Amino acid sequence: MREIGLDDLVDIATGAAILGTGGGGDPYIGRLMARAALRETGPVKLTPLAELPDDAVVLPVASMGAPTVMVEKLPAADELSNAVEALCGYLGRRPTHLACAEAGGVNSLIPVAAAARTGLPLIDADGMGRAFPELQMFVPGLYGVKASPMAMSDDKGNRAVIHTVDNHWTERLARAATVEMGGSSTTALYAMTGKQAREFMVPGTLSLCAELGALVERHRATGDTAEAVAGRLGGRVLFTGKILDVERRTVGGFARGTAKLTDGSAELRLSFQNEHLLAELDGVPVATTPDLICVLDQQTGFPVTTEATRYGQRVTVLVAPCDPRWHTPEGLALVGPRYFGYDLDPVAI
Amino acid sequence: MRIGIDVGGTNTDAVLMDGDRVVAAVKRGTTRDVTGGIVAALEGLRDQLLQRPPATGSARAANGADGEGATLGDVNAVMIGTTHFINALVEADRLAPTAAVRLGLPATSALPPFVDWPDALVEAVSGRGYLCHGGHEFDGRLISEPDPDELRRTADDIRARGIRSVAVSSVFSPVNIEFEERAAEILAAELPGVPISLSHEIGRIGLLERENATIVNAALRELATGIVDGLSGAMAGLGITAPLYLSQNDGTLMGLEFARRYPVATFASGPTNSMRGAAALSGIGTCAVVDIGGTTSDIGILSGGFPREATTEVTVAGIRTNFRMPDVLSIGIGGGSRIHPDHRVGPDSVGYRLPEQALVFGGSTLTATDIAVAAGRAEIGDPSLVAHLDRGMVQAVLDRIADEVAEAVERMRTSPEPLPVVAVGGGSILLPDELPGCGTLHRPGNHSVANAIGAAIAQIGGEVDRIYTVAPDRRETVLDEARQEAVDRAIAGGAQPGSVRIVEFDEIPVPYLPGDATRIRVKAVGDLAIKELSTKGAGHA
Repeated sequence: MREIGLDDLVDIATGAAILGTGGGGDPYIGRLMARAALRETGPVKLTPLAELPDDAVVLPVASMGAPTVMVEKLPAADELSNAVEALCGYLGRRPTHLACAEAGGVNSLIPVAAAARTGLPLIDADGMGRAFPELQMFVPGLYGVKASPMAMSDDKGNRAVIHTVDNHWTERLARAATVEMGGSSTTALYAMTGKQAREFMVPGTLSLCAELGALVERHRATGDTAEAVAGRLGGRVLFTGKILDVERRTVGGFARGTAKLTDGSAELRLSFQNEHLLAELDGVPVATTPDLICVLDQQTGFPVTTEATRYGQRVTVLVAPCDPRWHTPEGLALVGPRYFGYDLDPVAI
Repeated sequence: MRIGIDVGGTNTDAVLMDGDRVVAAVKRGTTRDVTGGIVAALEGLRDQLLQRPPATGSARAANGADGEGATLGDVNAVMIGTTHFINALVEADRLAPTAAVRLGLPATSALPPFVDWPDALVEAVSGRGYLCHGGHEFDGRLISEPDPDELRRTADDIRARGIRSVAVSSVFSPVNIEFEERAAEILAAELPGVPISLSHEIGRIGLLERENATIVNAALRELATGIVDGLSGAMAGLGITAPLYLSQNDGTLMGLEFARRYPVATFASGPTNSMRGAAALSGIGTCAVVDIGGTTSDIGILSGGFPREATTEVTVAGIRTNFRMPDVLSIGIGGGSRIHPDHRVGPDSVGYRLPEQALVFGGSTLTATDIAVAAGRAEIGDPSLVAHLDRGMVQAVLDRIADEVAEAVERMRTSPEPLPVVAVGGGSILLPDELPGCGTLHRPGNHSVANAIGAAIAQIGGEVDRIYTVAPDRRETVLDEARQEAVDRAIAGGAQPGSVRIVEFDEIPVPYLPGDATRIRVKAVGDLAIKELSTKGAGHA
């Protein structure tokens, strides 16, 4: 894929929801913003990671905040470009390319709108290869790329640039500023060189999203979507069954919960915090974060978000390997099972 | 006595009820103008009353005031569930030119009003969006102050363009209604006679969806006045002087004044009426209801006699909305469903052409109705025309229907707890007495007019749905205030004060937001305060 046009948005949204592993937020608003932008500007250029020159200036952009707010207080038209400009002003240089911070949910499409609005190409990559809830969870961060300086913008034209001692502090301060900005903000962060992006970003993920979305569409009638998606991701179908029980609670500002599935004999238990994080088959852990645990509706083949998971749904659960760099000790410290409060080692899938 | 009428896609059903008892019931074809079918159904009821044999003295004594010798003039209330308004939207017909005024600048400018509407509908309502200052944050802070001059300029443009209805939305108006009301005052002063619909009265959190529902409502308001006047006139023509109510999506009633203001609230009254009628007929208030019609089976869940509402967006005529709608799953199985060679049932249907196309009527299409007749479950048409059907095939198709309906019920349930299943509608003959995994199927008498009965028993409701900031020591006070407000709203809507009770109560902490933000949702309902016969006519022309 060399560019993203209007016809690609639905597939990218579907694919991003698969890589979102149940989280990442409803991509609807992101899709509308990308569509509105592309209608005005035409397609956005997509640069393969391998073609990035060493001295390119790459800038990931993302929305931050509560989904409940994002669906009510929609962003201002210039909010995206404001965040980019604020960071440029601070850095004293202009980006040559924009990027997705995560490939999942709303944040896979916001950068498409930002690229259209700023006239910059987008790189075909993201910083996670999936979706995670906190901004220090970023592959290039493992190799010393700093989230800071980070720029934020809000609907009113406020801009903030924060300079922090490490990526965890960026998350903390940005979260607090986001609340003051009315619960949602637009961010530009993790500025990096083309060389860094080539080495550390997760390659090809926007193309992958589009491809996965097209797979779902193509296999809808035949019902073997899950096999096709698992095959493309180098994973496997783990379980097919009916959801027997869903339990949810809000802990520390995050929606956590579990879903129990049965196929008549065996029982699969999924634990989630926005995203699916742990799968246990008859009590034995069989897949864990940071690997991908994706839930697809058996009938439609479409991904099911953790919020929409309900008793009685017929679903197929597939597992797929994450970017291998998440399995390093540093990666697991950021996004392994223990970080999310599960006292176990990651399981090889 | 009261009359309940439900207008469906194919049939208009009407019942005359005396208390809980069905005195008369009729089905008439739905007409394109809707009102014609309603009048025909009312005439049908009148004819049934006239044709009743004179009651003997003992029967009269035994039955008491059961409607013997009654006329339509003795009716105390008429409740109608209508498809007038949803039809008008789906057909993009008779919609008023409408403006959407949104208060939210500088926020929200990335996605203006009408952003995700089908082009044909934007055109049909001559849709024009205006972005103005105003709006609140999630916690009640201001985004910006509304600007009266900006609103007056907006009104000038609306007037100049000949737009005849206005929808006002403001960011987080479910949290704070002040700006929508202030804007409405200014716009009303500038645009006398132009109806103004406010989003906080129509939808919930989710700006685009709430705004869309409000625009749809606004576009239907001219039509609502016409329809309401037409129905009132038709009633008067039949000698009915009783007050007229329309039934709403949630199973409660609205008076005519309310119907003129909120036509969108009638959109999903059909499935709701079926479900509530099923509960009344079976005496089971918490159950799954399967309503099988000609083309689809609609499955919903009742809790305490009221339908569970959809929590996500509902798309109507290609427009995403979020107003109160029952959570209904429709599958393509009905009496008119075509049977395919591999025993698949539907989703295609012969629909209203069943009387020509089904085998039992001499047609050439194998339909679900033919299967039911072949299996001896129903006597429709000429059974000899399906006698040749292979027994094994007939059973396989029936099993398939039962399995698919059972699976749909399964998908609607929220827990593995046993849940009784009640089947209503003409197509319920397709189901066996035992539904796989669901136990005995309840199929109450009069099930084919359950929807009209649901309309006749509808009550008056009041609702509060808002995000509150709840300080720890204030929780009980806040909850009490919310409950009282819901009760007051029901009474203001016409409920008998002593009969109002809380039927739904939700307290949901809103994740990712500080300050103990909590969404509180309370629904109160009570019996309609009906004027007794002795006061008949008072206040009515």
